Amino acid sequence: MSEEISSVVDIDQQEYIINIGPQHPSTHGVLRFVVSLQGEVVKSLQPHIGYIHRGIEKMCENLTYQQIIHLTDRMDYLSAHTNNEAVCLCVEKALGIEVPERVKYIRTILDELTRLASHQLWWCSFGMDLGGQTCYFYGLRDREKILDIFEETCGARLLLSYNTPGGLMWDIHPNFQKRIKEFIKYFRKKLPEYDAILTGNVIMHQRTEDIGILSLEDAISYGITGPTARASGFSCDVRKRYPYSAYDKADFKEIIYTKGDTFHRYQARMDEMWESMKILEQLVDNIPEGDFTAKMKPVIKLPEGEYYQRVESARGELGVFIVSKGEKYPYRMKFRSPNFCNLAIMNKLTSNFKIADLIAISGSLDLVIPDIDR
Amino acid sequence: MKSFIKYISDIFSGVASLLKGMRVTGKYFFSPRAIVTQQYPENRHKKGKKKLEMFDRFKGEVIMPHSENNQHKCTACGICENNCPNGTIEVISVMNIGEDGKKKRALDKHIYRLSMCSFCALCVKTCPSKALAFSQEFEHAVFDRKKLIKILNKPGSTLMKGIE
Ligand code: SF4
Ligand code: SF4
Repeated sequence: MSEEISSVVDIDQQEYIINIGPQHPSTHGVLRFVVSLQGEVVKSLQPHIGYIHRGIEKMCENLTYQQIIHLTDRMDYLSAHTNNEAVCLCVEKALGIEVPERVKYIRTILDELTRLASHQLWWCSFGMDLGGQTCYFYGLRDREKILDIFEETCGARLLLSYNTPGGLMWDIHPNFQKRIKEFIKYFRKKLPEYDAILTGNVIMHQRTEDIGILSLEDAISYGITGPTARASGFSCDVRKRYPYSAYDKADFKEIIYTKGDTFHRYQARMDEMWESMKILEQLVDNIPEGDFTAKMKPVIKLPEGEYYQRVESARGELGVFIVSKGEKYPYRMKFRSPNFCNLAIMNKLTSNFKIADLIAISGSLDLVIPDIDR
Repeated sequence: MKSFIKYISDIFSGVASLLKGMRVTGKYFFSPRAIVTQQYPENRHKKGKKKLEMFDRFKGEVIMPHSENNQHKCTACGICENNCPNGTIEVISVMNIGEDGKKKRALDKHIYRLSMCSFCALCVKTCPSKALAFSQEFEHAVFDRKKLIKILNKPGSTLMKGIE
């Protein structure tokens, strides 16, 4: 009798398919993973995307270059300023105009603040994914200080829309520099607390070390960028390799780790926070005097041609590609979003790991779903 | 034997790492002044440092400031309408006959649909006569969505002197 049952249903061999998402609390956004399991082990994983596709690239074809900026906020909302800047830099490159030094410095400072805020949010949600609720409150508490700086100068906390082709919407607030210096002083004390709570934690170590190893070859062939790729030894920092804005004036290290497991991806981001603070310290006192915008015509028409500009957002390389036919609207606009490429590796990273590791791995890739769907 | 020693020492170092984290949380537990949570909506009416105040530049909603004589600065040129990426603004103008007998365009209604605004600030920035501004209001919840369609110029308001 018992023999008969086991021949009908062999649980060990049976494949079991579950959906994670679209609204699972551990995937930040509306993404759906169709996971095929054998017991507790992930055999294959298929991401299904497009739940918040808004057609941003298509919408851009009917908007002027000034109007496009506010849409790019809504792609990777945690790197809103970086997205804005990418479009502005591309338009400025096409027009061949040089923005004032002051603009370059302010843009770089805001870039780094954005990166810090984004990594703080990543840290706290990563901690929460692994079961550490406390992290969430500590991370958000410190992020609040950066959002206050944004709010005072740009007028918004998340979707800044502070850049405009040729410069900035308005000048910085008189308190801007003071607040940044206060923040750095404050955060230099708080970052070691992050390490004490999560980095050294034994549970965290056991759940991340040797989990989801991304090899250098895979990182390159899948087009992975950002801290995720740098944790695998792929030196791809756009800030270093193709410096834009004022990054050539700042002295900072490109964080490279070699193992490529979840823990090294974690470490790469933690170290980037220290580097970001270093960049801020170098630039904040040296903002040159001058205009906050270059002289621009009210209607911007790009000369006919194709233009590409890349920047380093908090998650990797963001590329903006504009095809212009000489009109005030772009003929085609394409965004190369880092999250889309980083998502592609999920199947390879998670296969033959446990389902609990899947959450840790997807947390360590730091995916922002609206950027994938656009 | 070696693996056994490692097993024991792993337990101790693991517990030590947990205690290290708990020292941080414990520190906050015993110093309530480090807590930064704000009590909303109670802090709307508080005084001093705890009071909820937005920054001057905060983009709450688009308004049209009026002077004490109920005058605004909008000439109904329609530039804000053209610049808005979302079609949020609609400027309805009328043709008035001025004192000198010439026809002159004047503002009838400046319609602003708050529900469609994405706070990009292009209207405020491009208005040639600086007729628009942002208010710091952020509590926009209403029961009827019709209330989100606002007419920015006040009833009976006129154009400020000296603005063409
Ligand atoms: S608000 Fe300003 S831009 Fe809009 S119609 Fe009036 S004057 Fe023109
Ligand atoms: S802020 Fe932007 S979206 Fe809102 S009304 Fe002004 S131009 Fe339109």
